Amino acid sequence: MTRLLRNPIAIGVLAIVLLILVASTFSIVQETRQAVIVRFGQPVRVINGYQPNAGFGPGGAGIIARIPFVEQIHWIDKRVLSLEMDDQPVLSTDQLRLEVDAFARFRIRDPLQMYIAARTEENLANQLKPILASALRNEFGRRPSAALLTPERGQMMENIRTALNRVAAQYGAEIVDVRIKRADLPNGTPLESAYQRMRTARQQEATSIEAQGNRQAQIIRAEADAEAAATYASAFNRDAEFYDFYRAMQSYQQTFLGSREGQRGRSSIILSPQNDYLRQFRGGR
Amino acid sequence: MKRFFGWFRRPGMMMSDNRGGPWGPGGGGGGDGGGGNDGGGGGGPRNPWGPGRRKPGPRGGGGGGRGGGDVTSLDEFLRRSRARFGGGIPGGSRPWIVYGLIIAVLLWIAFTSIHRIGPQEKGVVTTLGWYSGTLQPGIGFSWPYPIGSVTKVDTAGIRDLQIPGGRAENLILTGDQNVINLGYTVRWNIRSPELYLFQLADPDETVREVAESAMREAVARVSLDDALGAGRGDIEQRVQRRMQEVLDRYDSGIQIQSVSVSQSAPPAQVNAAFLEVSAATQRAQSAVNAARGYAQQITARAQGEAAQFERLYTQYRLAPEVTRRRMYYETMEAILQQTDTTVVEAPGVQPFLPLPSLQGRGGAATPAPATGAGR
Repeated sequence: MTRLLRNPIAIGVLAIVLLILVASTFSIVQETRQAVIVRFGQPVRVINGYQPNAGFGPGGAGIIARIPFVEQIHWIDKRVLSLEMDDQPVLSTDQLRLEVDAFARFRIRDPLQMYIAARTEENLANQLKPILASALRNEFGRRPSAALLTPERGQMMENIRTALNRVAAQYGAEIVDVRIKRADLPNGTPLESAYQRMRTARQQEATSIEAQGNRQAQIIRAEADAEAAATYASAFNRDAEFYDFYRAMQSYQQTFLGSREGQRGRSSIILSPQNDYLRQFRGGR
Repeated sequence: MKRFFGWFRRPGMMMSDNRGGPWGPGGGGGGDGGGGNDGGGGGGPRNPWGPGRRKPGPRGGGGGGRGGGDVTSLDEFLRRSRARFGGGIPGGSRPWIVYGLIIAVLLWIAFTSIHRIGPQEKGVVTTLGWYSGTLQPGIGFSWPYPIGSVTKVDTAGIRDLQIPGGRAENLILTGDQNVINLGYTVRWNIRSPELYLFQLADPDETVREVAESAMREAVARVSLDDALGAGRGDIEQRVQRRMQEVLDRYDSGIQIQSVSVSQSAPPAQVNAAFLEVSAATQRAQSAVNAARGYAQQITARAQGEAAQFERLYTQYRLAPEVTRRRMYYETMEAILQQTDTTVVEAPGVQPFLPLPSLQGRGGAATPAPATGAGR
């Protein structure tokens, strides 16, 4: 024994073996991960499994020991994971096509079951993706497109979540949330016709604004005319007969002389001697 | 994990070194000294080790306890190996390797267990993987690296998230099925660093997605006109609230500070029609303005004329007949002075009227058969 201990090569080999043994016995489980201990391909126990409302700290994560070479660790993410879905064309009951882009957040509640059913998170996501897409299409297909633009939207997302959760539970996962990221009109004709509608709506608005303005202007003019008439009437009504005379005098001047001062009027006047102006001229009284 | 044990290997080696079974270094030392820096007597080898024994004692906190024993076993080993190789061990290099290792370990411990946390940061400490606390700004301590680990997280710093990035259009459907181009900024920080690190697989991307989802939901509730103008503040409030709600449901440890709409405009394709609306508003306003001007003009004139008439009437009332005649003659005078006048005498006689020449101004010399009349 002591000879062996003296032999540097033997000691080196021993140290390496020991090291490998230690390395394959002890592992550190981080807070972000759950560990499934697999014995000969058979999952036997879970370390740092997800528990709702559990905090962090000792108890879950930490250093663990396992039987070397017999048991293996399979790591599964403990965090909330995202499930991205590509744009899905969906058709609502009113035959409106929309491009819908949704995402789901899920976490793995039961790593053991998840290990059996899907092995890796990636597999699980790939399995859930088409289900999310079809749940989305079903939910949209049952409603008019306008529902997407109302508070009903929340209810739709909840329905999709429930539907997806039913499947996810079989994989030991839980859908935390499903959210519709965007619901857009597809490029091309639908978007173009929406633009056209917006344009015509604006043109209509422009026309109506202008018409309203004109109407208001006309009312203002009419009111002013009425006010002027009232002013005239209240003044002239004091003596209608005198007004007639007064206005006639003004009118003659206006008509025969024109408005321009200092210029000869254009008119020629033929007076009969019986004219009142010539009364004195006739010499009679 | 490999790394973890890799690190552990180092202290392990040290220990074996000290305990007196240092194969690697021992061999090296032997080879080094093979020739014959032979100190000779038993006291010889003690000399190089003498100071070594004293020094680690007072110095290293950790190594101090072991110091005495270690050196003794080292001495023993040296003696033995000297006997084995038939020569003395050179004093020169060995102690420096040991000191170097001790110093390296001390430095290692110092650097990995003392942490300076900046004023805007917090340090999340994990010990053997589990979360064991959060370090506040200042100097914090943890186990040295392979056992303890500290992740510094900037909690006070506000992160800006621009949506959409760059100058792209971000088209959103509004409640009245119109399309709006909306750009906004989300400002957020980390409220709870441990949740931020441990709960979400991709927190930054999650914030972006939740923001987009919340914004579209909020915009879908309002009409285009609201989203363009008056409803913006309301949308910002709603998005912030909604985002916080969702992120709290994920236990993300993220605090949304504010959401601000930086741009809300109609899409470029329909912008011309929107400009037409504002042009129409201007035109309507100018029509109203013109009408107001006309109104002021016409009422002022009416008031003026009425006032004129009333003044005159007051005078007329004092002497109606005279005033009337005066006005009549004055008017006639003014008119007839400026016009060509012809007086026709007898009703029975039809004079020749050169009507064409009367029409012109030049028809002043009008032959009047009966009564010529001047102007």
